[in-house]
Amino acid sequence: MRFRVEDVPSDPGDCPGARLHVVTGKGGTGKTTLAAAAAIALASGGRRTLLIEVEGRQGIAQLFGCPPLPYAERRVAVARGGGEVHALAVDVEDALLEYLQTVYHLGRARWALGKLGALDFVTTIAPGLRDVFLTGKICQALQAPQPDGARYDAVVVDAPPTGSVARFLNVNEQVAGLARVGPVRDQAESIMEVLRSGQTTVHIVTLLEEMPTQETVDVVTELRGIGLPVGEVLINMVRKPVLHAGDLIQAQSRQLPRAEIATGLAAAGLPTSAAVVEALIGEAVDAADRVALEAAERAALASLGLPTYELPWLAEGIDLGGLYELAAALTDQGLGVSGP
Amino acid sequence: MTPTGIETPGTAAPRLDMDALLGDRGTRIIVCCGSGGVGKTTMSAALALRAAEQGRRVCVLTIDPARRLAQSMGLEHLDNVPRVVPDVDLTAGGLLEAMMLDMKRTFDETVETHASPEQARAIFANPFYQSMSSSFTGTQEYMAMEKLGQLRAQADVDGRWDLIIVDTPPSRSALDFLDAPQRLGSFLDGRTIKLFLAPARLGGRTYRTVFNAGVWAMSGIMNRVFGAQILTDIQSLIAALDTIFGGFRERAELTYAHLQAPGTRFLVVATPEPDALREAAYFTQRLEQDRMALAGLVLNRVHTTDAPNLTVERSLVGAQDLADLPEHGLTERILRVHAERMQRIRRETHLTQHFTAGFPQVPIARVAAQATDIHDLNGLRSLGTSLAAG
Repeated sequence: MRFRVEDVPSDPGDCPGARLHVVTGKGGTGKTTLAAAAAIALASGGRRTLLIEVEGRQGIAQLFGCPPLPYAERRVAVARGGGEVHALAVDVEDALLEYLQTVYHLGRARWALGKLGALDFVTTIAPGLRDVFLTGKICQALQAPQPDGARYDAVVVDAPPTGSVARFLNVNEQVAGLARVGPVRDQAESIMEVLRSGQTTVHIVTLLEEMPTQETVDVVTELRGIGLPVGEVLINMVRKPVLHAGDLIQAQSRQLPRAEIATGLAAAGLPTSAAVVEALIGEAVDAADRVALEAAERAALASLGLPTYELPWLAEGIDLGGLYELAAALTDQGLGVSGP
Repeated sequence: MTPTGIETPGTAAPRLDMDALLGDRGTRIIVCCGSGGVGKTTMSAALALRAAEQGRRVCVLTIDPARRLAQSMGLEHLDNVPRVVPDVDLTAGGLLEAMMLDMKRTFDETVETHASPEQARAIFANPFYQSMSSSFTGTQEYMAMEKLGQLRAQADVDGRWDLIIVDTPPSRSALDFLDAPQRLGSFLDGRTIKLFLAPARLGGRTYRTVFNAGVWAMSGIMNRVFGAQILTDIQSLIAALDTIFGGFRERAELTYAHLQAPGTRFLVVATPEPDALREAAYFTQRLEQDRMALAGLVLNRVHTTDAPNLTVERSLVGAQDLADLPEHGLTERILRVHAERMQRIRRETHLTQHFTAGFPQVPIARVAAQATDIHDLNGLRSLGTSLAAG
């Protein structure tokens, strides 16, 4: 099974030609959440998108509050202007069986494969092959027409985390030693062509913290090294600084005026004890330290020379409303906006 | 600043006495578990340092430490054996050695230990061995267990360490550490493998049984899909591994049994976030089921305040009152900073209460959120102090 590589505009800007959006990020940065938000954003204006998960953890179902997803595309949400978000949880066994069915028209042999645990076998002993079937399914979903004949306007993948995403996407390398010839080899090469073309873009979700930033820098180098197109850096959970620039300087030099704060508290009818003032000053200093740290992380991310989007911290956690809020923030910053 | 904790009614879980755990000579192994990104590695390192400075002879096995943390522990060289950590205070008679797991190398060494040089060469040359030994699905957990088994055996023989602290691989699910080795073990030792081996052992003779008909059908398909070489490669690898390991499953089960031994204690690490606490709950249930000793929950990156009576609402109303008074702008903003923190604390407390409601008997140690990451021994030392203060 070979996949077509489409002609897309070569403008690297915000990847206007990309239809396949791969979302990765360090664990805990909110990669699944932002993949879902991107799928909603890209569906706005009456478009149709597919959100795919590949790690078998049913994170999408949890996020949208729907029953566990089967190995079939389901509509999970609607978007502004009549758009639709569909979702699919790709299971590797099903992907392999589907592949064999399509290519070889298996009859009873399919039963034998399942019965003997052959799939388990192949995928345990050769995880590289596993990834070929997962990425193959993604490419197939990208190109297969839907019942009404149209294809998805965009496919968003909640991909493995930064530590393993390059390996996951570099399927060609993975099967190089294992399947030297044959259909799987061809399939891997064809997948690589799609992934390296302008129709694919990899987004990296990060936080303004040290480890996620470091992993973002590392994975960008790694992805570029294997010729995969890196799209945007999505900075998640960004909090609007409450303190002003002048406050920050005072806080960092530990010179916040105690008397002024006590007077202010009195004016607001709040307790003015030394303990309360000290506690509030301590918290302000913490906040100022964090702002300084965030500025350093922002600078490190900026040095990558990639477009960055910032997504707000949602104090009450992520619910469906929160997802739409994040989707709107992505759209406002230009995700999926075609051309200048 | 290190804010002290606040007493919130309803979170009256027992406090985890970390120093008692570390000081108890009966504690031989501590396994730090938890979902990815909660700070397991740093926590393991901090516990190891504290135990060593209190006189334990400690070996800490880390899986994937951040670069600067690794450097601070003298771990920049990956040689897969424990090395003495410099600049540790050893006046109490302790020792601190640390190592970072090299998964592929541990696999290679296990093969080398049990195979003849010729067998080992054949195994290393097999493309499927290359794939399996460097994959991160299951192998990392298996090799972490394997390494733990080796360290424990060494400790039993020469008494070099009296406490081994293990960090677990950065999987999404904390349960993977317990399940993956057995899964891989029973799989490699199981029926499917035996069936795969059958054609190789029979030298091509055809047995007309139902099962073998199935195997042959499958072999045919696999040959077509993957190319003819693939089955031969797999069969020769499995045959070679089979002769040297004497049963993967047995080996995995033995290591698993060690986790149930009285000297092994588990610490579940979580942050006060829904996903991390859900994983912690699954893990706690599982340890109970399997009769493994849970020492407690380490709740990392907890937000605290020294002004608990100034609630979210009072702070916001106060800030509102000051909004039109420019001379009180600073106080207004500081109140908003506090309100944000109180909001966060409220959410974290709520999430923690859910866990405590399900597992009221599990002791908890809380560690306050730090503004910066830890990358030196002093940072680990102060983390150790707050772990002990609970």
